[in-house]
Amino acid sequence: MHSTAIALIQLGAVFFGLGLLGRIAWRIGISPIPLYLIGGLAFGHGGFVPLSGIEEFAHIASEIGVILLLLLLGLEYSAAELMTGLKRSWTAGVLDIVLNAAPGAIVGLLLGWGPVGALAMAGVTYISSSGIIAKVLGDLGRLGNRETPVVLSVLVFEDLAMAVYLPILTAVLAGVSFLGGLSAVGISLAAITIVLLIALKYGRFVSAIVDSPDAEVFLLKLLGSALLVAGIASQLQVSAAVGAFLLGIAISGSTAENATRMLEPLRDLFAAMFFVVFGLNTDPASIPPVLGLAVALAVVTTATKVATGWWAAKRQGIAKLGRARAGAALVARGEFSIVIASLTVASGAVDGRLAALATAYVLLMAILGPVAARIVEPLAKLGAVWGWDHVVGVRVFNHMMAPRRCSPAS
Amino acid sequence: MNVEVTPLPGIGTRQDFMIRSGRRIGVITYRDGKFELIVSSKEDPDDCSASIPLSTTEAGTLAGLLGAPQLVAQLRDEHSDIAGISTKQFPIVPGSVFDGRTLGETELRTRTGASIVAVVRAGAVSPSPRPDFVFVGGDLVVVVGTVDGLQQTADILGGG
Repeated sequence: MHSTAIALIQLGAVFFGLGLLGRIAWRIGISPIPLYLIGGLAFGHGGFVPLSGIEEFAHIASEIGVILLLLLLGLEYSAAELMTGLKRSWTAGVLDIVLNAAPGAIVGLLLGWGPVGALAMAGVTYISSSGIIAKVLGDLGRLGNRETPVVLSVLVFEDLAMAVYLPILTAVLAGVSFLGGLSAVGISLAAITIVLLIALKYGRFVSAIVDSPDAEVFLLKLLGSALLVAGIASQLQVSAAVGAFLLGIAISGSTAENATRMLEPLRDLFAAMFFVVFGLNTDPASIPPVLGLAVALAVVTTATKVATGWWAAKRQGIAKLGRARAGAALVARGEFSIVIASLTVASGAVDGRLAALATAYVLLMAILGPVAARIVEPLAKLGAVWGWDHVVGVRVFNHMMAPRRCSPAS
Repeated sequence: MNVEVTPLPGIGTRQDFMIRSGRRIGVITYRDGKFELIVSSKEDPDDCSASIPLSTTEAGTLAGLLGAPQLVAQLRDEHSDIAGISTKQFPIVPGSVFDGRTLGETELRTRTGASIVAVVRAGAVSPSPRPDFVFVGGDLVVVVGTVDGLQQTADILGGG
C-alpha cells in the first residue's frame, strides 16, 4: 500500500510537472516536446530525483505513447487524401526526401554507424513534425494562406513515405541479412500496398468494426484494436509502431475523425510520457560530445527544408514571401524523429550515441521550427529593405501574433 | 461568384473568392465543424491579415447580418413591377423611441400607408411581424410603401 502511495505521488508529480512545462512552452510559442525531453534528461541517470517504483508503468506508457502517436498519424489523412496528395505533390515529396534525408544519412556514415545507422539518421532528419507544424500554422493564423495547402501536401507525402520507410527500417534493424533484408523489404512493401488497397476499397469495413455510436464503447474498441494490432505486429518482428500506423491508415472517413478527437488527449498524455522516458534513458553526459554535430545538422537541414518548401510553393505560383513562409513552416522536426531514434536504439543494432545525437537534434529543431515560422516574415521583409529582393514593401505592422493559449499537443 | 474550394489535408477545407478590391475572402471549415473567417491581406495576396474562429451560431449570425441587404433587395425585386412601390430598411436605433415598444405602437400603416414586411434581428429574419412584435435596438425594419410613405416612415422610426 505504502509503495502504491509513493508511486502515485511520483506519477502525479511527473504529470503535473509536464503540464507546467507544456504551459511554459506554448506561452513562449514553442512546442513542449523539447521541454519534455529535457525533463526526462534531468531526471535520468543521476539526475535530481531518481524515480523508483514507476519504471514499469513508465515503460508501458511510453510504448502506448508511440503506438498512439503513429495511430493518429495514420488517422490524420484519409486514403483518398493520401492518393491525391501523392499525385499532386510527388515532385516536391521526392525533392523533400533527397534534400532532407541526405544530411542525416551522410552524418550516419561519417560517424561509422554503417548503412543501418545512415538509414535511421536519414529518417530522423527527413520527417517533419506534422503535429508541431499544424499547431504553429493555426496559432499564426496561416491556415487560410495560399501556401498552406502546399505545406500540408508535403506533410501528406511524408506520411506516405513513413508508411514505406518504417517497415523497412524495422526489418533492417531486426538484423536481417542483406538477402533476408530484401525479402523483408518486399514483404513490408506488399503489406503497405495491401493496407492501402484495403483502406481505399474496404476502409468502411475496418471502420465499421471499431466504430460505435457510444463514446465509451468506441474508445475501448479503438484502444483495444490498436494495442492488439501493435502487439501482433511486434510479435511478427514488424514493430508495434508500424502495426498501429497501418491500422490508422486503414480506418477512414468519419470514424477516423471521431477516433482522432477521442484519442488526442490520450495521445498527448502517453506521448509526453514517451518523451520523458526517452530522455530518462539518454545519458545527459552523452549530449555535449555530439552537440556540435547536432548544431551543424540543424543548420543544414533547416536550409534544406526551407529550400523544399520554397520550391514546392514556387511550383504552385506563390510569391516569394509565401515561398519563404512555406519553407520555414516545414522546418520543425519532433515526435517522429524521436520515435525513429527510439526504435533504432531499442534494437541495439546501431551505436547508442544515435540517441544522444537525435535528442540534441530534435531539441534544436523542435524549438527552431516554430521560431523560424514566426520570424520568417520580418526577416524576409528586412531582406526586402536591404535590397535582397523587391517583392514586398515594408510594413510597420508587426505580423508576429502572440500565440493563443491552448492545450499542449505533443 | 467563383468560389474556390481547396482541401486542407488533415484540417478541413478552405473556400474563398476574390472580391473587387483584390482581396480573398473566405471560410475555413474544420473537420470538427468549427469555422474560421479569413480575409487575405492587401500587400500579400497569399497571406491572411485576419483569420477569425467562429462557432456555428456566430457563423450563422454573421451570415444573417450579411444576408439582410440581400433580403431587402429580393423584396425590392418582387415589388419592382408594381409602379410607385419600393422597399427600404430602417434601423431601430438603440435607446430611440421604439426601442422596447411594439410594432402596433408605431401606427405606421395608419399614418403612412407603408407596411412592415419583415424585421431582421441579429441576422435572423422575422417575416410579417404582428402588431404585438416588440422592437429592440439594432433591429432592421424592412418596409414596403410609396416614396412618400417611406419618407414619413423614416421620420417616424427615426425620431418618432
